Amino acid sequence: MDGEYVDALVDTAPDGIDFDDLHVDRDPDGYAFRTPAATHTGIDEETLREVAADSPYVRNWYFWHAVAPQKDDHWAFLRWLEGADERGVTERYDALSDGVAATWGQLHLRVELTGGERRYHVRHVADADTDSEDLAKHDEPLDARDLAKHDDDGQYRPLKTAPSLRTGWAFPDLTAAELVATVDAFYPATIANWHREREGDLDVSHWRDTVSRQTGIYGVVDTWDRGDGHEHVDWVAEACCDDSQCLKRREWQYDDETDLDVDGGSGTFPCREPCSLVIAAARKWTKLEGEATRTYEFELTPSEKEQLEAVIDAVADGEADDIREADIYEGANRYRVRYLRAKLFDEDGNLAGVETDD
Amino acid sequence: MDQALVIAAHGSHLNAESSTPTYDHADTIRATGAFAEVRESFWKEEPSFREVLRTVDAEEVYLVPLFISEGYFTEQVIPREFRLDDWDPELWDSDGTSATTATLTAGDTGQTVHYCGPVGTHDTMSDVIVQRAQSVTGDSDVGEGFGLAVVGHGTERNENSAKAIQYHADRIRDRDRFDEVQSLFMDEEPEVDDVTEHFESDDIVVVPLFIADGFHTQEDIPEDMGLTDDYRTGYDVPTTVDGHDIWYAGAVGTEPLMADVVLERAADAGADVSAAIEQVREETGGVRPATGD
Ligand code: SF4
Repeated sequence: MDGEYVDALVDTAPDGIDFDDLHVDRDPDGYAFRTPAATHTGIDEETLREVAADSPYVRNWYFWHAVAPQKDDHWAFLRWLEGADERGVTERYDALSDGVAATWGQLHLRVELTGGERRYHVRHVADADTDSEDLAKHDEPLDARDLAKHDDDGQYRPLKTAPSLRTGWAFPDLTAAELVATVDAFYPATIANWHREREGDLDVSHWRDTVSRQTGIYGVVDTWDRGDGHEHVDWVAEACCDDSQCLKRREWQYDDETDLDVDGGSGTFPCREPCSLVIAAARKWTKLEGEATRTYEFELTPSEKEQLEAVIDAVADGEADDIREADIYEGANRYRVRYLRAKLFDEDGNLAGVETDD
Repeated sequence: MDQALVIAAHGSHLNAESSTPTYDHADTIRATGAFAEVRESFWKEEPSFREVLRTVDAEEVYLVPLFISEGYFTEQVIPREFRLDDWDPELWDSDGTSATTATLTAGDTGQTVHYCGPVGTHDTMSDVIVQRAQSVTGDSDVGEGFGLAVVGHGTERNENSAKAIQYHADRIRDRDRFDEVQSLFMDEEPEVDDVTEHFESDDIVVVPLFIADGFHTQEDIPEDMGLTDDYRTGYDVPTTVDGHDIWYAGAVGTEPLMADVVLERAADAGADVSAAIEQVREETGGVRPATGD
């Protein structure tokens, strides 16, 4: 049975085809058709049509040239998804008929051959094994904008790559172009930057470049850098860019020559410059860190000191809400903290009655 | 050659609804098919101003700022973040409300970018304000017996911000549709707090010239005008204050006809979108004033 892909092959053959182990030419003797599975030379158009109709190599060639989006990064992303660089066409088509999966941030992506065509599927990684019936179905890529807006607790997510993507939804049947649009709506520009990095031309803008570019209310962040030290930027990166907070792999450093001392993380896609959230937080820290330290004197029991540390850890790790009501063994348990406040704060909220301005 | 539209808006780290009008207007325009691609981009959200162009396939991009006034964002932040290297505010040749368009090359992607003036100072924005008054009163002929207050921030951070408010108030006043038209401000005289002192009419429509609803339009202005003591308890439309009925419209930027202004900006920059403009006006209830202006 002829398909569009056979017509396209016949039309293109005079220009020569050399793609994913498919070689097709036309010379005065007729057509030549070569794949690792078969070689035909000097054949007429009818024979070419016959051999092409059954060949996964032809359908594969057609998909990558007439169906898949042609924008370089989208094309490369779709090839990466099905492991095109590691698997030849027959092996790949075998794998695709069972489905091939990959992870992108918190997205579980899957491509599968249905009736010879690639169809794509997206859901949350945590839902990888969830029964499809239990997931809300979407077929419009831009629905991802709404899904990405709030986490499972209904909190607004200002950072799209925070590891807090909500669960419970699926895009069960997308075309290649729709898949790319969906991924780009969940994680804008991650495909473009991942591709630039693979091609060796990711334009990283380091901390120094980025803060010196700021104007208006953010111009002040530039003044936070004094002398040679970059410890404060290490702390920023540890606070905001850690894998527990953001799925991008931080590639920006202090400057061209000075790497930060904290790890950039293990994300699949890179972060090429401090984002607007980091700059907004840095503005606050620039102001706070302008203060000089003072010596305060508090009396705490050893357990109280440890409890303060536990409270800070629980808030910093986002675990405060998970501590059970009656779990009084946890320092950050609400009753424990309320007891500490009742004991140590005066009526003005001063710790151990020591005024901040003393 | 394919043409793309990129809308540049402020967005928010705190308010989930800040991006909603941007998405809505982009969706309206996308549905017309006038552009091969329509992308939203944000100062505070993603895709960021810095990175949106690399997600666009087209070589030719119409960039329209979804901002109210000309000034800091349109003249400094957007051109810098989009890497429009040869930008100079002189290219718009604007008196503060008359920005046009400038054609530039994006430094990181090489795309041709037609950088348009913001929606807020385009003439058709006057139509959107009137349309907003129609929407909030439910009366397509609203005007007679009504005063209209156009409300803005004031000059605190940008002298052009008051100019844009006054510009549209003047234009609407000249149409003689409303009995009275006044511009009012949040942080300077004449203040929105005293709205009833500035109008004789029993009915006053109040339209804030803001892109998205948020702190200012949902909390400050309703409380300042005395519609409610506590925004969380809400208020009626209209609410009677000092013997006047106040019809508070909320941010003008949420009016569906805003999509038309985005298209007008692109059209002024040379985009071939006349059919889309007709379609969007039809869908969003926008009809040009018979007198034209
Ligand atoms: S700057 Fe840090 S928090 Fe922001 S996107 Fe990059 S890695 Fe994530």
